[in-house]
Amino acid sequence: MISSMSRQERRRLGMGLLFASPWIVGFLGLTVYPVILSFYYSLHVYTTFGQPMHWVGLTNYVELLTQDDLFWLSLYNTLYMVVVGIPFHIGLSILLALLLNMNLRGVSIYRTIFYLPTIVPIVATSVLWMWVFNPEYGLVNAALSELGIHGPGWLTDPVLAKPSLILMGVWTIGGTLVIFLAGLQDIPRQLYEAAMIDGAGTLHQVRHITLPMLSGVIFFNVVTGLIGGFQIFTQAFIMTNGGPLDATLFYALYLYQNAFRYFKMPYASAMAWILFLVVIVATLIIFRSSARLVYYEGEER
Amino acid sequence: MDSIKKTTLPPTVGPQAGATDQHQLSWSRSQAVRRAASHLILATVGILFFLPFFWLISTSLKQLDQIFTLPPIWIPDPIRWQNYPESLAYFPFLLQLSNTLTITLSSVVLTLVSSSLVAYSFSRLRWPGRNILFYIMLSTMMLPYQVTMVPLFIIFRQLGWINTLLPLIVPNLFGAPFFIFLLRQFFLGLPRDLDDAAIIDGCSEWGVYRWIILPLSKPALATVALFQFLGSWNDFLGPLIYLSDPSKYTLSLGIQVFVSTVGVQWGWMMAVTTVLTVPVVVLFFFTQRTFIQGIAFSGIKA
Repeated sequence: MISSMSRQERRRLGMGLLFASPWIVGFLGLTVYPVILSFYYSLHVYTTFGQPMHWVGLTNYVELLTQDDLFWLSLYNTLYMVVVGIPFHIGLSILLALLLNMNLRGVSIYRTIFYLPTIVPIVATSVLWMWVFNPEYGLVNAALSELGIHGPGWLTDPVLAKPSLILMGVWTIGGTLVIFLAGLQDIPRQLYEAAMIDGAGTLHQVRHITLPMLSGVIFFNVVTGLIGGFQIFTQAFIMTNGGPLDATLFYALYLYQNAFRYFKMPYASAMAWILFLVVIVATLIIFRSSARLVYYEGEER
Repeated sequence: MDSIKKTTLPPTVGPQAGATDQHQLSWSRSQAVRRAASHLILATVGILFFLPFFWLISTSLKQLDQIFTLPPIWIPDPIRWQNYPESLAYFPFLLQLSNTLTITLSSVVLTLVSSSLVAYSFSRLRWPGRNILFYIMLSTMMLPYQVTMVPLFIIFRQLGWINTLLPLIVPNLFGAPFFIFLLRQFFLGLPRDLDDAAIIDGCSEWGVYRWIILPLSKPALATVALFQFLGSWNDFLGPLIYLSDPSKYTLSLGIQVFVSTVGVQWGWMMAVTTVLTVPVVVLFFFTQRTFIQGIAFSGIKA
């Protein structure tokens, strides 16, 4: 192929590759090679970390899927966060973005306040919210006690721990919110004006103009939320360390423990590959269902 | 409240029938009510969003007996500044701050250079295979970090880089897909005639990149620099995996370790948390526009 190119074409290819070479080298060395290595590890075991490994075929996978209850529990916990948390966070972001998009005064101040928590280091967020959720003197239970309610131990109750983390996640929806706001501002005004002349009410407008026009942005946020949601780690590591009763033992946390606490790196690699497959399948499902739901500008329907 | 005044002003003046005026007036009145309601909701949510920050600072300045009270005391009395020096003396704060700055600043410089070079190739140079590689790059953004986490640890271990800052700095030499994507979109929006004119004048590809594209792309480069700064400063998992000695920790890791050892000293814990947070908040206030435009841009162009 290369030989059939003219001199100029070859020069162009060379230049293109040269400028792209940082990423190409990184892609081969820090992505492709580790990914292959990870799969190779997942087919092995070792007795002591640092010692040679033995080939065991799919044993790690079989053990994970058939004998490891914590594996399934961590998958369930993670799916809970994704399935409950993402729609909740995205719905709230859209709602707030719609309010912000009403051309009110002081929008930029609200936007700053909503966005600010997203830049706070996750370690700081986690420590701060441990204090907010403190059963005795935390902000949440202090507010409840004003109402005469004796608040629960948010992070120490196995039933409440995951919802508490989702609630805390609301504090950091600012990034999603700002993206939705930009999406809303991209919707041509004429559409609303035409609808108003036709006598469409606000709910009608939201249902038939805003949401369809926003569907591409919603899709983007769902996919990024999904990929991030499956990797939820730091909050659980710092705030609950997987507890109480493994209620916040998320997939990435259990994987980390296997790799760096128990030094079962091949086992952790097998977990990583299963995670990879789960993320791919989930994304494909969303892609397929979105083909019907997502409207792209200029597209014929 | 100003907005209500604005919207209840008489609607468009003109030769209109009285009935239409009436209709317009009630329409603008319901609009005003709606705006007031939105303001009320937004203000309430805004206060709720801001409250944890206030709570953080307030607790960091309290003495213990004011921390453990119901109802909570909002303004500490007396203000106990000592929480800051006392807590920071418990771990090698300055050393960890300098580690964090080393990682953060070198990552910013490296990723600016590498990502912009690659983005230039993916946007302004025409070569066979370019688009395929670009889409491969985009798809790698879907790869969970966990897949490469273990092998990379083992690779860096073989290189003798564990418990050094290198695993947190060197990978930035190879560009980050998200930043490459962001810069490519920006470069694509720059007028093409500039390159052509420069090339006719005998400018090389490098010359176009260095003297035309980069100077025109300062806003986009600033966005990348900010995101990378934030990413490195806030990173927790990376330092957790690669650093094992407190003298090598970053602030995020050092503070997490400190917090996990002091039990119920919430004043100290909030003090160190404030110290970790304030630099990025200050940075944010100086660069807000760049930040928010960057975020919005990434979501809309995707």
